[in-house]
Amino acid sequence: MTVIHHTDKKRETLEEATVRFAGDSGDGMQLTGGQFTNATAIVGNDLSTLPDYPAEIRAPAGSLAGVSGFQIHFSSKEIHTPGDALDVLVAMNPAALKANLKDLKPGGMIIVNSNAFSEVNIKKASYDKNPLDDEALNKKYQVFSIEISRLTQLALEGMNLPGKIVDRSKNLFALGVMYWLYTRPMETTIEWLKKKFSKEPQILEANIKVLKAGYHFGETTEVFISQYEIKQAHASPGKYKNITGNEATVLGIIAASQITGLPVLLGSYPITPASDILHELSKYKHLGIRTFQAEDEIAAIGAALGASFAGGLGITTSSGPGICLKSEFTGLAVKTELPLIICDIQRGGPSTGLPTKTEQGDLLQVLFGRNSESPIPVIAASTPSDCFDTMLEAIRIATKYMTPVFFMSDSYLANGAEPWKIPQVSELPKIKVNYRKEKDGFYPYGRDEETLARPWAIPGTPGLEHVITGIETEQITGKICYDPTNHDAMIKFRAKKVANIANDIPDIKIVYGEQQGDLLILGWGSTLGAINAATEQLVEKGYKVANAHIRYLNPFPKNLGDILKKYKKVLIPEVNLGQLRLLIRAKFLIDAQGLNIIAGQPLKVSAIYEAAENLLKGK
Amino acid sequence: MAETTSQIKYTKADFESENDIRWCPGCGDYAILSALQQVMPTLGIPKEKIVFVSGIGCSSRFPHYMTCYGFHTIHGRPLTVATGIKCTNPDLHMWVITGDGDGLSIGGNHFIHAIRRNQDLKIILFNNKIYGLTKGQYSPTSELGKKTKSTPLGSIDNPINPVSIAIASGATFIARAVDKNVKHMREIFTRAAHHKGTAFIEIYQNCLVFNDNAHEKYTEKDFKDDNSVYLEHGKPLVFGKENDKAIKLKGFHPEIISSKNGSISDVFVHDENANDRGLAYVLGQMGVENPELPVAFGILRCINEPTYQDRLIEQENFAKKQKKQTLEEILNSGDTWVVK
Ligand code: SF4
Repeated sequence: MTVIHHTDKKRETLEEATVRFAGDSGDGMQLTGGQFTNATAIVGNDLSTLPDYPAEIRAPAGSLAGVSGFQIHFSSKEIHTPGDALDVLVAMNPAALKANLKDLKPGGMIIVNSNAFSEVNIKKASYDKNPLDDEALNKKYQVFSIEISRLTQLALEGMNLPGKIVDRSKNLFALGVMYWLYTRPMETTIEWLKKKFSKEPQILEANIKVLKAGYHFGETTEVFISQYEIKQAHASPGKYKNITGNEATVLGIIAASQITGLPVLLGSYPITPASDILHELSKYKHLGIRTFQAEDEIAAIGAALGASFAGGLGITTSSGPGICLKSEFTGLAVKTELPLIICDIQRGGPSTGLPTKTEQGDLLQVLFGRNSESPIPVIAASTPSDCFDTMLEAIRIATKYMTPVFFMSDSYLANGAEPWKIPQVSELPKIKVNYRKEKDGFYPYGRDEETLARPWAIPGTPGLEHVITGIETEQITGKICYDPTNHDAMIKFRAKKVANIANDIPDIKIVYGEQQGDLLILGWGSTLGAINAATEQLVEKGYKVANAHIRYLNPFPKNLGDILKKYKKVLIPEVNLGQLRLLIRAKFLIDAQGLNIIAGQPLKVSAIYEAAENLLKGK
Repeated sequence: MAETTSQIKYTKADFESENDIRWCPGCGDYAILSALQQVMPTLGIPKEKIVFVSGIGCSSRFPHYMTCYGFHTIHGRPLTVATGIKCTNPDLHMWVITGDGDGLSIGGNHFIHAIRRNQDLKIILFNNKIYGLTKGQYSPTSELGKKTKSTPLGSIDNPINPVSIAIASGATFIARAVDKNVKHMREIFTRAAHHKGTAFIEIYQNCLVFNDNAHEKYTEKDFKDDNSVYLEHGKPLVFGKENDKAIKLKGFHPEIISSKNGSISDVFVHDENANDRGLAYVLGQMGVENPELPVAFGILRCINEPTYQDRLIEQENFAKKQKKQTLEEILNSGDTWVVK
């Protein structure tokens, strides 16, 4: 390729863009995407990301199964989702091109590492011939074939580095090109590399060289005619950082622990996509936060429940299959009325299902997946950064009402990132926790009149020695009791205690649209972004549509029924077969309709828009 | 172990709860309860710092009959709960009560892992070789061929030896006792209470309803002495009604010799502090996996190793010295930008 210097390239301003980096799972696409995200955040764009990687750590190189992708949608306006369709696809090999092409907009850009389009790789991706030579492809899209591997080698010539290291840095060349193309600064990545390779100066030097080579290639080559700019988004003033759902969950736990003064014990067993919470939280030993990687899911929740009995903040993190294993202990937490946070970071199921893909299939499981009447408050985060607030709220409810609480997130929220306005510590909710100390009038199941919570009397407190058990116990005294009237009363106390929490949670509000109309789009959890975007488009089109989002799935907000009545129709989009819909229909006797696509991916804005439009048109 | 306070003067009655005891009259559990209630006042530990955790089974009712803090959990899981309690408040003095079904069948996994971590817990396993509470099915310690409700033609499962698993898992304190020998039980409980780390005690317990006399070889006056050897640190393994038999090690194989004729230098001398797990394993197998030998009662192994809690606190203190961070610093860490 001849390189001609072009310093006078056009700079076009765009409102938004959606880019996906795709390559082998060993190509470092998640890292590349993460770096691009950080640089984009520094520019001040609003953004939303969607990492998408295979369950196999290193599926065979070059294979379709091994393709790993990272998508980012960024804008100078407020955005809600990682984007339905791509403007740019960076494909590091033929398999990455094949697996992702369907998501590229017509006319979109394809940036490929042409050196990876060898005969073997082309075959592995199930292409008959080199797709880059296909005229149709070149007609439909703008294809930029760049010899990324060779240019990387050239950049590092003379450094005498092993071939493997040279090859591994080629993703930085691609990143450099993308930085130039979208006018992003390289500084954050250079700083990051300096930290990462502080002990390996040669590799550091090489990586920076390759990154810059990519950037300068974009600048100087004749391949690209324009450079794009996306201006800073109008965000409310303050300090921001990018945060994933799992990171926000961890910060929520840390904040709650600092606010309440409760010592945290996280009992956890590794499981995708929840493990990062364990990894991240285990870095905070200096705050006295204790993490216990247990021998299994059961031991993990058992230890957390033990911690709660001892006066700690017992937390356990898992995903659907692990939640199944925890269900007997969850029942014990209900019966012994101890505060416990159970995090379900949902993934595709049933069984092992799709470990790395997203789904909302566990709602009915966490509500009802235990023997007998076993009521538990359930609250769900709706965006990555909302995991922070939701966790604080889960802990508030658990400690105030002496109850286990399910904290719901999913793979999409857990790994997806968005800018987060860092809260002031003084603005965080106050959560007060009182252990029972007084001996007089102490009964293990003597309840607070308002909350119906039993006292938290922890071992070590003189005079309050008592035994708790999973066996049914007498009201007030907590002694083993098989009496039929007592059992009936206890079942109803437990139910009432949880139901009453409805008096202590905010009303549900219309997120976007009028307070009444033809259609309400109702959602929960990670569908918020897509529903918001769809509602905005529908309203713009002139439809009388609004949307509301449920954070509190048990108990429901008190005004939910009133809101539902204000719309002629209700649409509930979910990444399951209609679990919230079942609850809404049963509880409010309305003919709610569903949009249910369970493809391991977040719902697309266009799918929700279409479903709503069909419903409005009576189709 | 929790700090001791010399001022506290308890009697056995201080540890007897007013709850009705619901074990069958004559059950071996009574003797174990009584022995532990006798030991408690001698330890000088404030009652509020003692916690009993149990699973499910006849023995697991135990916490209800004490007057300390207690958590009667679910089947097979008491060690997990006890681990969480102890990790949150290492100052507590923890006892775990379990059975052969609870501890070795449904809870077998936790048994291995609590022990390998040297969790600072005293574990008492009531081994009656049967499921009592569910009315008489064979358990993981029931002998091959055992006829029970669920094995009318006899069990075809090989039994496991609790002590062998404890040793394989690296238990730092292992003992065995029998419910009829209350004085010995008291000694063992006292020693266990003072041990730092996992103290595992297997008790041969009689279930007179579903498996009566399962341990009579070690309890009946006429032959118990010929079938049991009581271990004492630094003492030779001598036993028998007439104190006329001894154990000699031939390689890894224990043999019975006459202590009168055999030279005393041949006799195996017990060293409970031996680091080598092999010796404790040989002792634990005697009489159980090779029935011609006597069963060893007493402390098979007692070694000093840092507990899980020691390591937890040490690591935490190290981390605290390395790094101080306020919540504000944590929230504001990483790549940030300001919007004006
Ligand atoms: S069933 Fe057996 S072990 Fe259970 S209480 Fe009765 S005698 Fe004791």
